[in-house]
Amino acid sequence: MWSTRMALAAVATLAIGLAAACGDGGTADTATGTGQGGFTVPRLAAHRSLGAGEGRVNLVAWAGYAEDGSNDKTADWVHPFEKATGCKVATKVAGTSDEMVTLMRTGEYDAVSASGDASLRLIASGTVAPVNTSLVPNYADVFPGLKLKPWNSVNGVPYGIPHGRGANLLMWRSDKVRPAPDSWGAVFDANSPYKGRITAYDSPIYIADAALYLMSARPDLGIRNPYALDRRQFDAAVALLKTQRGLVGEYWSDYTKEVQAFKSGDSVLGTTWQVIANLAKAEKAPVKVTLPREGSTGWSDTWMVAAKAEHPNCAYRWLNWIVSPKANAQVAEWFGEAPANAKACRLTSDKRFCATFHATDETYFSKVHFWTTPIAQCLDGRTDVRCVDYSRWTQAWTTIKG
Amino acid sequence: MDDDQGLTAAGRPARAPRRRAAALLHRRPRLRLALLLPAPLAWLAAVYLGALAAIFLTAFWTTDTFTGEVVHRFTLANFQMLGDEPVYRTIALRSVGVAAAVTAIDTALGLPMAFYMAKVARPSHRPYLVAAVLAPLWAAYLVKAYAWRVMLAEGGLIDEALRPFGASGPGYGLTATVIVLSYLWLPYMILPVYAGLERLPGPLLDASGDLGARPLRTFLSVVLPMIFPSLVAGSLFTFSLSLGDYLTVKIVGGRGQLLGNVVYDNVGAANNLPFAAAVATVPVAVMLAYLAAARRAGALREL
Repeated sequence: MWSTRMALAAVATLAIGLAAACGDGGTADTATGTGQGGFTVPRLAAHRSLGAGEGRVNLVAWAGYAEDGSNDKTADWVHPFEKATGCKVATKVAGTSDEMVTLMRTGEYDAVSASGDASLRLIASGTVAPVNTSLVPNYADVFPGLKLKPWNSVNGVPYGIPHGRGANLLMWRSDKVRPAPDSWGAVFDANSPYKGRITAYDSPIYIADAALYLMSARPDLGIRNPYALDRRQFDAAVALLKTQRGLVGEYWSDYTKEVQAFKSGDSVLGTTWQVIANLAKAEKAPVKVTLPREGSTGWSDTWMVAAKAEHPNCAYRWLNWIVSPKANAQVAEWFGEAPANAKACRLTSDKRFCATFHATDETYFSKVHFWTTPIAQCLDGRTDVRCVDYSRWTQAWTTIKG
Repeated sequence: MDDDQGLTAAGRPARAPRRRAAALLHRRPRLRLALLLPAPLAWLAAVYLGALAAIFLTAFWTTDTFTGEVVHRFTLANFQMLGDEPVYRTIALRSVGVAAAVTAIDTALGLPMAFYMAKVARPSHRPYLVAAVLAPLWAAYLVKAYAWRVMLAEGGLIDEALRPFGASGPGYGLTATVIVLSYLWLPYMILPVYAGLERLPGPLLDASGDLGARPLRTFLSVVLPMIFPSLVAGSLFTFSLSLGDYLTVKIVGGRGQLLGNVVYDNVGAANNLPFAAAVATVPVAVMLAYLAAARRAGALREL
């Protein structure tokens, strides 16, 4: 398609134009020392004070994070926000973290709900600025266990407001898959009876799911952190995924695609998010989900503000809104994740919600390995080997899909 | 108009500067061209060739693996990886195969349809037939692809239609991709072939018959040579559009991926613009070879 090439060309031209316009560094950033990942952080100031709203805010968000009632009349926390603040919300739904990073780089968005595998990249490239938590009154009620984590802060400087956290789950069609699976082995079993009906998440970060399974299936590899893989461990994970490719019917990153595939029965088993299970159930697909016994990969999401946000005041109002007890309870329940605001637990429609999602249960979340960007410096603290970085993960993902 | 400036002292009418300029331009056609062409040429060079050049340039750079910033240092690493990693060769060959299959299917379907439209149907019906062929183009690409996704689903329309014959649909995969792409690009094949056939004089077919040729002989010896350039022109559309496609294969291709997906994943997901640019040079090279071959066949005059 010519448009593909033209778009690429346009992007390339833009890139050249930008590079020519502002040299290699862009603004006069100076390094402020190194963060945990051994990367330099551009010196950017947080927004100082809250001014009048600009009447608009452009968000990049995961599906189900900014619901305006169009998917389900009961799920709507965007319109009340617009009424309360006068900021009109425009949301761009992204399917993967990589897509989020790319979208934020266009400079057209004010805030993003970044997972841990995107947040550090956004910080390192100077795309997002530190947040001024004093402008977000509801930050006070956020669980201490979510604050100042390696994926939402650098050197003690917060770069975002925690939104919530959750796990990537195993979903299956209860009418076609028996017995009910309780292990990730179900999607990696080479002799699976569900060959051609298994689905997997279409992103390089899915390699971590294979590594996580190998942690218990192949203890001899010595994987301690699915995002810190040396060459040998990485090759084992890639080999496992290449075997899995023969079982996979399709890879999904577009949640509507997965809902439809489970509804029609083209997919009967695979990785998912709670929100997709909810949507599939809403469409009368007989699906069930579980957190397998090996634990799982997961995400801990952070709302970040673009360094060059056009509507910073509305963006801050949105940050405060989405972690306010009511909205945070709504979004957590809709998406199926543990809320960030401790007071949200009293406002969920299901009173046992926070217990179900282990909102305060830090031991449970110790089994969930939150998405993190793999870098050459091993994240599990090993210094005798070099780990495989994310660009190699990306290239390996192409070879896995074949 | 103020070309009537009165008389000068010498009694000769002075010509207005505008008329002098007009006369000058009339006398010097090259000057005329020089004034007319720079704007469109500059646009072509900057936007079109500039963009292509930018792709090639970008292909020789790399990205910082962590921040994803493009690093402007000349390197052949992208092309090296493209050559070393067998998967890219597989994907490239698969993409060319899909494009060739789509072109073959569209030729087989489009030629008889165009022939009927141009030579068999009543002339008064032709505009309606052309409109009918063009009608699918009025629907959005994504809508059509998703409609096919639903039809190809398990227990969908295709399965239902094939059930009486004891068969089932192809499901999602390369076959489905070829089917959907063939459907999407068929009008682009029919139109140039129809235009070529319209120009084919009817008496030629009669003469061929009078000389004792059977319909097949007439088709092979008279019709085909005359509309061959049109066929190549149509195939240029179907081939290039299929070669660059990445959405259809995402929607109905199951786990398959084509060149377009690799480019898209590297731009949209991995943020590795230089490698994406290197991959994007592959379809450009394939199309240039195809165009060169088409030019030798004299097909470009039909476009």
